[in-house]
Amino acid sequence: MVKVLLWGSMRTHTEGRAEVEVEARTFKEVLDKLAEAYPGLRPQIERGVSMALDGRIYREAWFAPVGPDSEVVLMPYMTGG
Amino acid sequence: MAFDSHQKREFKQVGTRPPRPDGIDKVTGRALYGADVSAPGMLTARILRSPHPHAKIVAIDTSEAAALPGVKGIVTGADFALPDDEFFADIAVNVMARDKALYDGHAVAAVAAISPAVAAEALKRIKVTYEVLPHVTDVDAAMRADAPVVQPGRAVETVPAGMGANVTHFCEFGHGDVADGFAKADLVVERSFRTAATHQGYIEPHACLASMTADGKADLWCCTQGQFNVRTICATLLGIEASQLRVSASEIGGGFGGKTTVFIEPVALALSRKTGKPVKLVMTRDEVFKATGPTVSTSIDVKIGMTKDGRITAGEAVLRYSGGAYPCGTVDMGAQAAFAAYDLAAVRTTGWNALTNRPKEAAYRAPGAPQAIYAVESVVDELCLALKLDPLDVRIRNAARKGTKSSYGPTFDDIGLLATLEAAKAHPHYTAPLKPGQARGLSCGFWFNFGGNTCVSLNVNTDGTVGVTEGNPDIGGSRASISLMAAEELGIEYDKVRTIIADTSSLGYNDVTDGSRVTFSVGLATIKAARDAIGKMCGRAAKIWGIDEDAVEWRDGAAHPAGPNAGQFPPMTLAEIAAVSFQTGGPIAGHHEVNVDGAGVSFGVHLVDLEVDSETGATKVLRYTVFQDAGRAVHPDYVEGQMQGGAVQGIGWALNEEYIYGRDGRLQNAGFLDYRVPVASDLPPIDTVILEIPNPGHPYGVRGVGETPIVPPLAAISNAVSRAIGVRMQELPMSPPRILKTIRAARA
Repeated sequence: MVKVLLWGSMRTHTEGRAEVEVEARTFKEVLDKLAEAYPGLRPQIERGVSMALDGRIYREAWFAPVGPDSEVVLMPYMTGG
Repeated sequence: MAFDSHQKREFKQVGTRPPRPDGIDKVTGRALYGADVSAPGMLTARILRSPHPHAKIVAIDTSEAAALPGVKGIVTGADFALPDDEFFADIAVNVMARDKALYDGHAVAAVAAISPAVAAEALKRIKVTYEVLPHVTDVDAAMRADAPVVQPGRAVETVPAGMGANVTHFCEFGHGDVADGFAKADLVVERSFRTAATHQGYIEPHACLASMTADGKADLWCCTQGQFNVRTICATLLGIEASQLRVSASEIGGGFGGKTTVFIEPVALALSRKTGKPVKLVMTRDEVFKATGPTVSTSIDVKIGMTKDGRITAGEAVLRYSGGAYPCGTVDMGAQAAFAAYDLAAVRTTGWNALTNRPKEAAYRAPGAPQAIYAVESVVDELCLALKLDPLDVRIRNAARKGTKSSYGPTFDDIGLLATLEAAKAHPHYTAPLKPGQARGLSCGFWFNFGGNTCVSLNVNTDGTVGVTEGNPDIGGSRASISLMAAEELGIEYDKVRTIIADTSSLGYNDVTDGSRVTFSVGLATIKAARDAIGKMCGRAAKIWGIDEDAVEWRDGAAHPAGPNAGQFPPMTLAEIAAVSFQTGGPIAGHHEVNVDGAGVSFGVHLVDLEVDSETGATKVLRYTVFQDAGRAVHPDYVEGQMQGGAVQGIGWALNEEYIYGRDGRLQNAGFLDYRVPVASDLPPIDTVILEIPNPGHPYGVRGVGETPIVPPLAAISNAVSRAIGVRMQELPMSPPRILKTIRAARA
């Protein structure tokens, strides 16, 4: 199981929990399992999210490997100027 | 692709300062910008814009304009597809209004004619029947329940029930118990701030030439930060396939984020499709101000608690942003960045976006971060003053560092903030004496940085030169930096490499030039493409020598037998291998295509000395120093240029720049006479200190540098002005009238 830290405004769709656990081995699996377990997160996931994996930010890397001890933080999709 | 920690290389090209390859063309006027391209039989287009900030478009009668001799085509919103996807639909409606004009300057129709004069006359003959609606341009007013509704039903699912109809976005970040943190503080300061919308202020207005043939093939030349993005949007809005639209980026006279979307390009294409002629469309400066994207306007509350010895016990911020008449998620970035420089046990930021009758926000260097960090850094400064603490010592004490759980969630790995603060502390500027009436301010800044989709082709020419083909418009000197990295990797001289920017049909997809990504991402792809080419050149040498490929290694620009067992052969240089490439298997090229991650966050610290004329309220900036963790500085001139440019734009933002709307909802200052950007005579030399802390996510340790430098100036200047006048400034810009008003209010 992977612990995923969500940002605050997502917690309304996870029964108030800031951290949830999903069975996943990659970034894509994290997103799929989150959307499956918490359908209220799906619109945000479809709009786009980034993921910080052990402090490194990924924007779209489906196959970035996620381990059980990884620090996984979901973030809004990054944009810049 | 990780940092080459195994290679303790001494860089030969990287870190040098060769002249920029586009310099002569630009200073002699030979460089081709967006408005410089022409075509035989070309028509001129002009756009009719709403004079109302909010109005229902009841009818558009184009008959009289169409009958004017010389008018070849007219388009309205009905000529564009309305995509299902909200992102594209909002762009489509922004490009050309449908049922409502949503801001002063919103496009409602466009004409293509045989001359600018005819096009201008035709605009006068288009009859638009408006039903004027109540408007709102202030973010706080827009959030109220009784505010005029700009667009109904646009809130995302995170917005709690019961909010005003203009509220479209809500976010929250943070960790820890902030109430407990405030209880532990010796002093808690809570303040409210406002920042005006500002424009990126690029010198070159948007310009394009579109040519679409009857069989649906189209070419578009335009000034943009991302030709591939332009292709995607235009193809979607016009209902054509991406492969049928070739977009070429011109030289670009500034963008700073404002050219990461489209405003006129689909209009020119639609007119070309309608008329069968090439159509040129160039914005006036008035149009650029009214109808392209400024930043968000904001209203921010910040509360911070601190102990007597300078430890921050808790931080809290509420950000209210407006990205104009369309939903906007920029507040996400501000809410995440607000406290990023601090190691906090308790922190919470919440963010809201509200619709207003203003133009659609576009990115501007580190979008959303300068405003939030301005508010936070202002309160930190006030706490330091009240507790009689050195503001740099307090920031060093509370600085985020390796192992800090950041205010937006992830735990920081190696970051350069502490080193940057210590460099500022050690710099002579920090202890230089100030004269009476002068004051010093400082602020930290932060930006995330990112990578993105990137393709590079590297061609080895038979004369021993190299061509690098990349797909990101060169805004800040990236062609020189890319050439330097190619030369470094190949082991050849810089002047043997030329880097060009390809059109959308000549290379795979590249993300926009934004997010401080180009030198980092394109550089990484260039290094990989060079290694690909090196592998092929080693293969050719192996064939020539009759040995195994893995018995050949590349050093100092040449293939060498790898060790005594490989045989005794004199090295073959790149030029020697290239010269016989036709005979040894054909042309040699290297390629790399990747979606890059690992950009690494960036921190900066700015120091400023200034004085305020208490009679006029005018601020004179006397001394300014920028400290930034820039990773490996590939071309230090350009790194310094980014740091100086960000500082100057931030000084303008802090002191004078603002979108001023009248009570009628119309923009009052759509021109550089009334929208005052800093000019050279307003500024001291901007000193720079580059800290080269390698980014572990790049083979040479490169880190993005372009966005962070615009973040600290707002608070650095505000803190210095506040110290100079003895009153805390809480609104930007700190224009002379606003400073005078603050001084007089304090005296009263």
